[in-house]
Amino acid sequence: MDLVTEVRRGNLRAIARTISLIEDLEPEAEGLVDALYPYTGRSRILGVTGSPGAGKSSLVDRLITLERQRGRKVAVIAVDPSSPFSGGAILGDRLRMQTHATDPGVFIRSMASRGFLGGIAAATGDVIKVLDAAGYQSIFIETIGVGQTEIKIVELSDIVLLVLMPGAGDEIQAMKAGVMEIGDIFVINKKDLPGADKLLAEVEYVLSFKNSVQTAGREAEYPEGYNPILMTSAVHEDGIEQLREAIECYAGQIESSGKLAEKRRLRLERELLGILNRKVHELMDVHIEVSKQLPGWAERLYRRDALPYTLINEQIRDFLKERTGD
Amino acid sequence: MAAKKTRILIAKPGLDGHDRGAKFIARALRDEGYEVIYTGIRQTPEAIVQTAIQEDVDFVGLSLLSGAHNELFPRVVDLLAASGAGDIVVFGGGIIPEQDIPFLKNKGVAAIFGPGTTTRQIIEFLESPRESS
Repeated sequence: MDLVTEVRRGNLRAIARTISLIEDLEPEAEGLVDALYPYTGRSRILGVTGSPGAGKSSLVDRLITLERQRGRKVAVIAVDPSSPFSGGAILGDRLRMQTHATDPGVFIRSMASRGFLGGIAAATGDVIKVLDAAGYQSIFIETIGVGQTEIKIVELSDIVLLVLMPGAGDEIQAMKAGVMEIGDIFVINKKDLPGADKLLAEVEYVLSFKNSVQTAGREAEYPEGYNPILMTSAVHEDGIEQLREAIECYAGQIESSGKLAEKRRLRLERELLGILNRKVHELMDVHIEVSKQLPGWAERLYRRDALPYTLINEQIRDFLKERTGD
Repeated sequence: MAAKKTRILIAKPGLDGHDRGAKFIARALRDEGYEVIYTGIRQTPEAIVQTAIQEDVDFVGLSLLSGAHNELFPRVVDLLAASGAGDIVVFGGGIIPEQDIPFLKNKGVAAIFGPGTTTRQIIEFLESPRESS
């Protein structure tokens, strides 16, 4: 089966298989990504982050329903952590989205982080391209949910939803420095729980350093450049439609202001840099056999027979000489 | 640089809500380095098959204690085949009477693991060579 043609046709098996080839770093993956790339750029990519138990999966589940009512095809990439010890993983995010399992317009894929830090997996960026080329108009990426380090999601998303819940301790204080900056839209889920209003006030306070006026989800239209704050209850299906409207509104704003294009250009810069770094690593590993040599180098350093920077500089010099020599 | 990971869907078809066994297996397989997709209780065969396809799993493990295995296990096998995913290997576990096992194997369920199965036995099954279709 020609995977590229079948992916573009929306063949679920082909899409799933292509994603696996990318995840498993199979040799044909690069060619597939390149062949699909010209057909990408049409999907809206929504990152969903926030602490574990905040309700990310349930919110995505409800948003899928609303997107489907509007006839949009939806894909979800749900990332869960791999065990650093066994390399295995339990991927359970789709448990809360199984009502959509048999809907042909919804594609859900669980991904293990496979040792990658930043709340996503190394392959997530390329997997997005596959789903984009396959014609999914909305792609949700749900991060692991460990908090402050989940900044990688910004690099891949058009819009980031930061999902918070009341009663999770002094969450805002802890998140102020990192995650609060990455949210485009702030969602206070489980709004029926005690402390929701207090959390809203805290989020408004933290955001007031960024935005001078707060809307707090009370108006349908948000002034440009402001971060909408919404209060929802995914379980009680409360506030989800307002959240959808806020996403639409925000998406329209960043598109017309040129901010979206700017974001996407920046994303491509980062992706290229990532590919370059990986390739350089691979090249070095093949030619200098870094992984094999490392113990020997470390031993020399340990005995004080070598100097760290001198050793590496010599290796690189030899490598470059060899390369230009042939 | 390829690093193929074996992916396994652990699913509970039917109406019983006893997922201890399924969760135990999921954890045991995780600890052995497998990527396990767990979808919770009361899944229809249709949902299980769609999930298996989207997740591109190598195996589907079905856990059932309600007694409807003779109905539901073959249904999953048949639906996979009908969706062009007959290469995905189906195995089962739970309370399955001994006399039902030949019937289920005949229907394409590759193995049945009853109570008292060790993790080692399941791993041996997963790692045993099989012809790829």
